[in-house]
Amino acid sequence: MSILIDENTRLIVQGITGRDGSFHTQKMLEYGTKVVAGVTPGKGGQSVHGVPVFNSVKEAKKMTEANAAAIYVPAPFAKAAMLEDIDAGIELIVCITEGIPVLDMVGIKHRLKGTSIHLNGPNCPGLISPGKSKVGILPGHIHRPGSIGVVSRSGTLTYEVVYNLTMSGIGQSSCVGLGGDPIIGMRFIDILKLFEADRDTKGVVLVGEIGGEDEQQAAQFISSSMKKPVVGFIAGKTAPAGKRMGHAGAIISSGDTTAETKIKVLRAAGVEVVDSPDEIPARIQQKLK
Amino acid sequence: MKIHEYQAIELFRHAGIPVAGGQVAEDIDEAQDIVSTLGFPVVLKAQVLVGGRGKAGGVKLAKDKIELEKYFSEIKALRIKNYTVEKILIVKALDIEREFYVALTVDNVKDDVVLIASSAGGVDIEETAKKSPEKIHKIYMGGQKEVDPQQWPGFLRQVFPEPNLQAPAGAILQKLVQVFYKLDCSLAEINPLVMDKKGRWFAADAKINFDDNALFRQPEIQKLIDFNYEEPDELEAKQKGLSFVKMEGNVGCIVNGAGLAMATMDVIKLFGGEPANFLDVGGSSNPEKVLNALKIILKNKNVTSILINIFGGITRCDDIAKGILEARQQIKISVPLVIRLTGTNEKEAKELLSGANLRMFATMREAIQEAVALASKI
Repeated sequence: MSILIDENTRLIVQGITGRDGSFHTQKMLEYGTKVVAGVTPGKGGQSVHGVPVFNSVKEAKKMTEANAAAIYVPAPFAKAAMLEDIDAGIELIVCITEGIPVLDMVGIKHRLKGTSIHLNGPNCPGLISPGKSKVGILPGHIHRPGSIGVVSRSGTLTYEVVYNLTMSGIGQSSCVGLGGDPIIGMRFIDILKLFEADRDTKGVVLVGEIGGEDEQQAAQFISSSMKKPVVGFIAGKTAPAGKRMGHAGAIISSGDTTAETKIKVLRAAGVEVVDSPDEIPARIQQKLK
Repeated sequence: MKIHEYQAIELFRHAGIPVAGGQVAEDIDEAQDIVSTLGFPVVLKAQVLVGGRGKAGGVKLAKDKIELEKYFSEIKALRIKNYTVEKILIVKALDIEREFYVALTVDNVKDDVVLIASSAGGVDIEETAKKSPEKIHKIYMGGQKEVDPQQWPGFLRQVFPEPNLQAPAGAILQKLVQVFYKLDCSLAEINPLVMDKKGRWFAADAKINFDDNALFRQPEIQKLIDFNYEEPDELEAKQKGLSFVKMEGNVGCIVNGAGLAMATMDVIKLFGGEPANFLDVGGSSNPEKVLNALKIILKNKNVTSILINIFGGITRCDDIAKGILEARQQIKISVPLVIRLTGTNEKEAKELLSGANLRMFATMREAIQEAVALASKI
């Protein structure tokens, strides 16, 4: 098993006729992902790498029984692309696009409330269930099938971590890059729940970074509801502090979003937090014994 | 993106939020002209884009011509958190009866916009939030662009207990909500919102930050940027598609992706080194970016070794290799280069660099250890 995507995932690529959409459609097809449709308004009837292009998600879903969508459209059009998926009832939306206005995402999050739709991203590398399917821009060849779940807020740092695991002979059940924006769809806690419930995931690697409170929420969930071992790394111990102005941020947040605090609360929740990403394979192996 | 108080006041005025009359002056002649229309007493306020202005002596009340000249030159001579004061805002001093705090911002934990208000406005608002959180009132927008009419009267009653204050204050808050959404703000704050002794209302201070991601649809806001507040090297990097932050150490680094860049800096520190910068070349693969990155890093005379750590995904290692070779032809690289290239087109990259006599390592750990060792040799 795996989480969110597998051999039954039937994918629509929004923005398939663009440079990135076309390139990554090819890469996903090579990996074995079932890319069943592309969508670019006004370009219905064309095909890209043998994938039929439709004018709308609704039409594409009807014709191909797609159940997931990957978004590669430019930031000004990303909100409309996500709304199209939500209206069409697409179960999993993976938004790769970066630079989406925050207020657009506030609107999207509100629309998602009360639905069972999963949104991954935006500004994310996507996700992969090795050997079955990949959706997004992750390099497929560094992964190998196995039983470790990887969840991360970063892109290339995820690749680094996965590469270290694979080089040590440790395969992955699924790997999810959550995305780097302040407002994103699924967060650590959502993915941890799925990994905890997934029969084939034996342990989890969590890669966090400074800013926000997602790691703190993850720590709470891990200590209260997780039995599987978790090994973590938090990037940004040496990062310069952000320049701040105005009081509203300090009033609404509990304040401390440094790497040190996150490491402390994760350790208190039983997470093995390492100092360097290449220590992860040995630690997760130890934990699984 | 941040703007100055005087610019934010202009935007408020335009939106129908009452502001105290005033203007900015760059020299004492301009200041005297402004005061001749306003009349004494006036408040002088340094226009800087950093916090802590009041505590640094950047805000002064002047009651007469002598005080005006004295304080104007004092404020002009200040350096507030290393920034000079170019402009001073001069406003009519208000006869303050009550001070409130009001702000809108995005709550990233609740994924919603929140309106915050308190009857305890002023510089100590953060202290108040910690010590007496019951004095801070919040209303979430629930994904809408206006406040919920059901909740609104109750919210106003909490913040403004006197019934006669609720209508005028409520109107100002509604306008602030409109400004926030219309201009894609990430923060819109009035502290304090003042009612004077005659019952008139004024936004006595104004702070607006904008969402950088939304600037593409806010062309008028883009024009307000103050380039004095952009580090020249960081600005140059931004224009070249690089994300760069200068730091204190001596190991320069060029990495793809912010997370890997931060992790690289952390591991440099773990092995006893100090990073000289954060530099993310981003996702695209253009040899020119490596050349530009090296140029920017080499401007920093503290740098004694440079580490290039690339995990190719979208970024292709052969493009990075081409950039390194090009840079070696075009500029003099006076410090040792340590290179780690893995991922997409790694083989092609290694072939390109095979005869170039470069320090190449297979893992991030080995490369960082070498870069740290070389940096401390000099």
